Formats: sequence, structure tokens, C-alpha cells
Amino acid sequence: MFYRLSGIHHTRYESARALWPVPADRWQVVALAVLALAAPLFVSNLYLGSYILPWLIWAAAALSLSLLMGLAGQLHFGFAAVMAIGAYSSIHLVRAGVPFELALLGAGVVSALIGTVFGAAALRVKGLYLVMATLAMQYLVDWVIINVPAISGGAQATLRTPAVSFLGLPISTLIERYYFALGWAVLITLFFMNVKRTSFGRALVAIRDKDFAAAVIGVDPFRYKLMAFLTSSFIGGVTGAVLAFCYYRAVTPEQFSFNVSIQLVAMVLVGGLGSAIGGYLGAGFVLLVPIFLTNFIAGLGESGWIYISQNLMAHLPLIFYGAMIIGFLLLEPLGLAKIYDNIRKALLVWPFRHSRS
Amino acid sequence: MAYFLELLVNGALTGLMYSLAALGFVLIYKASGVPNLAQGAMVMAAAYVVWFFTSLGLSVWLAIPLGVATMFLFGLMTERVLLRRMVGQPVIMVVMLTLGMEIVLRGLVPGFLGAAPKPLDIGIGLAPVIIGDVFINREYLVGGVLALALIGGSMLFFRTRTGTKMRAVSDDHVASWAVGLSVERVIGLSWGIAGIAAVGAGTLWGAVQGVDWTLSGLLFPAVAVVILGGVDSITGVLVGGLLVGILGSVIPGYLDSYAGGSTRDVVTSLIILVTIVFRPYGIFGREDIERI
Repeated sequence: MFYRLSGIHHTRYESARALWPVPADRWQVVALAVLALAAPLFVSNLYLGSYILPWLIWAAAALSLSLLMGLAGQLHFGFAAVMAIGAYSSIHLVRAGVPFELALLGAGVVSALIGTVFGAAALRVKGLYLVMATLAMQYLVDWVIINVPAISGGAQATLRTPAVSFLGLPISTLIERYYFALGWAVLITLFFMNVKRTSFGRALVAIRDKDFAAAVIGVDPFRYKLMAFLTSSFIGGVTGAVLAFCYYRAVTPEQFSFNVSIQLVAMVLVGGLGSAIGGYLGAGFVLLVPIFLTNFIAGLGESGWIYISQNLMAHLPLIFYGAMIIGFLLLEPLGLAKIYDNIRKALLVWPFRHSRS
Repeated sequence: MAYFLELLVNGALTGLMYSLAALGFVLIYKASGVPNLAQGAMVMAAAYVVWFFTSLGLSVWLAIPLGVATMFLFGLMTERVLLRRMVGQPVIMVVMLTLGMEIVLRGLVPGFLGAAPKPLDIGIGLAPVIIGDVFINREYLVGGVLALALIGGSMLFFRTRTGTKMRAVSDDHVASWAVGLSVERVIGLSWGIAGIAAVGAGTLWGAVQGVDWTLSGLLFPAVAVVILGGVDSITGVLVGGLLVGILGSVIPGYLDSYAGGSTRDVVTSLIILVTIVFRPYGIFGREDIERI
């Protein structure tokens, strides 16, 4: 329908390798960019601040985890800990007088170093053992943050983020924070889409598919796995810092607990492993669907259709969240990105279904 | 010295109770290679089920067999409905599926049966047992002894005809098929037995610390037990449980006052990490030989 392929003839390799070879996709991207840039004009501050802003940042986090899990095939169940390291180190760096721009880089470097140390320890093993090792990392980092008052600002205390400015522009009002988060999410998305086309990305995919085979064609699995951990922890750390400065603005250790790690893995899986659009769809789905479904059931309860106890009401988001994970794994293991892809492919040849490849 | 002995004995007894929670994990992993991260939640569900039957006015000794039957069926159903469709999928899918189950159970069971902690009285009494200078928590003592008996029973079970089938299936699925064993049925049975083990762990832990959702947190020490002992070894569960229990009791006993509390989680994490770095297959586990 919209995706007419007729008349698109690639005469140069560059155009065939472009990120979006089909004009309809390009128009979609332009439309999305315009919508995102104009969002503060037509979205109320409540929605902007409590839905769209966190959605963008969590999508960036899901993409950085997807780099590790989707491209390199390394499981990570302690990614919230990586983000926590980034968040706390950026805040402490800014408090120590480091400019915000450098503090973000510093947060990334610290997370990358610590994340890679754990990654290196875990790289001798894979599958289940990697899950357990990263899980242990999550608990260790949590414990260190909670029990070292110099980091957390005391066991119960929250650490407020100081006022900062980025390249001379202050980041304090909602609009400014929104644009900063948007910029970061766009940057990560572009990086993610392009890394798949580089030799680095292809090497990671080779390792994911079969590490022996990758070694045979000259890709050193250990080195590239380590680099995957390094890259993804770096981005994850900076995203943690962005999350702290743009959304939470007062961080506590619970904001980066084990459950958040699970939530991130769920975002990547529900969205679709190793897909850029999947990061956004997955983050939105995992964050919003349990809330909407719970509100819907609450509405039914209030109108007297069904009776729901207060106690069950409190547990509904958890039930929906878990059921969503199970449902996607059973019905569409490739996630929302695959559903999107199926629809797009159907539209490409509509109404001539038989010509579908 | 008495303080050390006290930590040692109570730690060993707690460790035995951890082993009981870990037993189901090992049974399922041994039979089907599925890491069941919902084992903690199954322990919690089992405790809730037993409590639910007692709250109907039944005596504990009737509620436990009913709980065993319920959880056995629950295990069978889980395998049939969820896990069988995951055969041949990558490990991340299976891990996330069991984690999804964990989350659903953690919402569903307290959601319907009430989140507030509930007492589960199995008639142990509260007075500590005193041997020499050593205070032993009576609940831990009874729990540890019962756990030991149950684990011993499951070791004996592997000598029976059904147990032999289970060992065969855990060795090689295709070869078991070839000699006419129903691999699906055996794997289903392993889930059922894991459900029964969950009733044992759930009842004991429920009696010790009350029945509420925090019981699902047993997953973490259980995982440490399993990793340390070896994921596919029943002996490993016993030894691993003792070690995790003792280390998790003695080290915090001396360090908690300096480090600001909850060093037990740190000890557990370190046990997992050190085992994975130096001996990933655990003390008694079988070393995987991976073919290209």
C-alpha cells in the first residue's frame, strides 16, 4: 500500500545499503522525528514527564542491553547494576566539580570497567552460568552501593542530582530534560542501527550464532565478547546517568534493583532481540501495558462489573507483567519487532499476497 | 567458641533447608536441562497452598498431603502447558519463561490468598534446644533433620525403577527414546517431584518465618547451593547446602557488625561467582563436554 517498491531501483551500492531503502520508511522516520520534536507542544506536561520521557530513556537502556544480548548473544541479568554504577558515578563526579559532559563520559568509563571485569570473569562460561554470574554481580553492586555511605549518601538517604548544563544549555525544566533524553535516545538508536553494519557488529553476530565457527573465520571470540561487554556497559552507564539526571533527579539503590534488571531483559525480549525498533516497542510495552491493563480492570471494578479486592488489585501489574513475558515467549518469541516486520512485509505487496517473499 | 559452634550448627541446619529448596531445581535440571528459576516461587506457592488448607480448618497433617497432591499436579501441568513448547529453544527463552512464571506466581498467589504474613504452625514449639553451651533454634533443628530425611529419600528414589528411568533420561534423551522410555513423561514427573520438594521446603520455611511472598527469595540461596554443588547432582545439593548454610551463617556472624548488615547476600553472591570462575560445573557436577 504505502510501501510501493515499484520504481525503486538501486543503481549504487550505497543506496542499497542505506538504513531505510524504501521511501515509505524514510517518511515514517521523518514523521516520527517531527512528532518527537514537537511533542512538548501537544502533549501535556504530565504525559511528557511521566510516560514519554522515561520511555525514551528506558528504550535507550534496552537498546544497550540488546547490543549485548541480541547481537553478541551474551545474557546479562545485572544490567540495572551497570546503570546504577553509571548513575552514581556521574552524580559524584558532578558534585566533585567535573563538568557534566565529562561526568557522563566518566560514568560510562567506570561502568564499562566494572561491567567488563564481571564480564571477563563470566566469559569462560555461557548460558545458564552467565545468567548466574551476572545475577551475582547485581547483588554485589547493590550491596556495595547500599552499604558504602560515601556512595549512596547513607543507607536510606536519597542522592539528589545537582543542577547541570550540557554544552552551555541548562538541563533543569521538563522541556530541556525531554530534549536531552530525546537526543540521547536518537544517538543510541543511530549507533545501534549502524553498528550492525560494521565489521564489529558482524563479528558479534558471528559469535552469537556459533563461537567456534567465528573463531575459525578469524574472529577472536574472547576479545569480541569482551568488547561487546565494554561497549554495552559504557552505553548502559551513560544511560543510567541520563536516567538519573533527566528523570529520577534523586536516586536510591532500589531504583536499580534486581527486578529492574529483569524488566530490562523483558523489554529486550518482548521487543525483539537485536532490533532497534524492538527496543522502543519493548520498553513501551513493558512499562505501559501493565499500568493500562490494571487501570482498565480497576475501571471495570469501579463500575461494578466484577469484584476485585484491594489486595488483588495491588498484585495485578505483577501478574500482567509476568503473563506478558510468558505470552510473548510462547506465541511470538521474536517479539514485537517481528510483528511489526510481518505487517510491513504484508503491506509491501498488498494486495498481491501471493508475491510475498 | 560457643558462639562459633552456634553459628556453625544453626548454619548447617539452615543449609539443609536451603538444600530442600534447591532439590527441585536439580531434579528438573537433571531430567530436562531446564534451569527452573521459578523454584523459589513454587516453594512460596506450596507454603500458601498448605496454609490455605489449614485455614479451611483441616489439620496440618491432612493439609500437607493435600498440598503435595496439588503441587504435584501443578508441576505436571506446568511442564505440559509451558515447558514442553520450549524444547529446542535457546536457553535465554527457557530462563525468561521460568522467570515469567516466577513473576506471575508472585503476583497471583499472594494476590488471591492475601499478602500479609501468615503463621503456619506444624507443632514444633519455640523453646531452643540447648546442648552444652550451644543454643540451637528448634525450628531449624526439626527442619534440618526433616530436610536431611527428604533428601535421603530422594536419593533412595533414584534406585527405584522410576528413578532409574529418570537417570537414563538425564543421561541422554535420544538413547532413552531408543530403548522405549517416554522422555516426556519422565520430564513431567521430574516437575511433579519438584513440586513435592517445594511442599517440603515451603512447609518448613513457612513454619520458620511465616508464609508470605518473601519465601520466593529462597531462589537466590538455592541457586548458590545448586551452582556450588553441581547443577545435576543430588549429593551436590546436600554438600552445597551445608556449605552455603555454614558460610552464610558464620561469616555474617562475625562481619555483620562491621560491614553494616546483610553480608549474607554478599557471601551467597561470592559463592556463586567464585564457583563459576574456578569450577563452573560445581563440586559434584558433571563437566560438560561441548561438541562443535
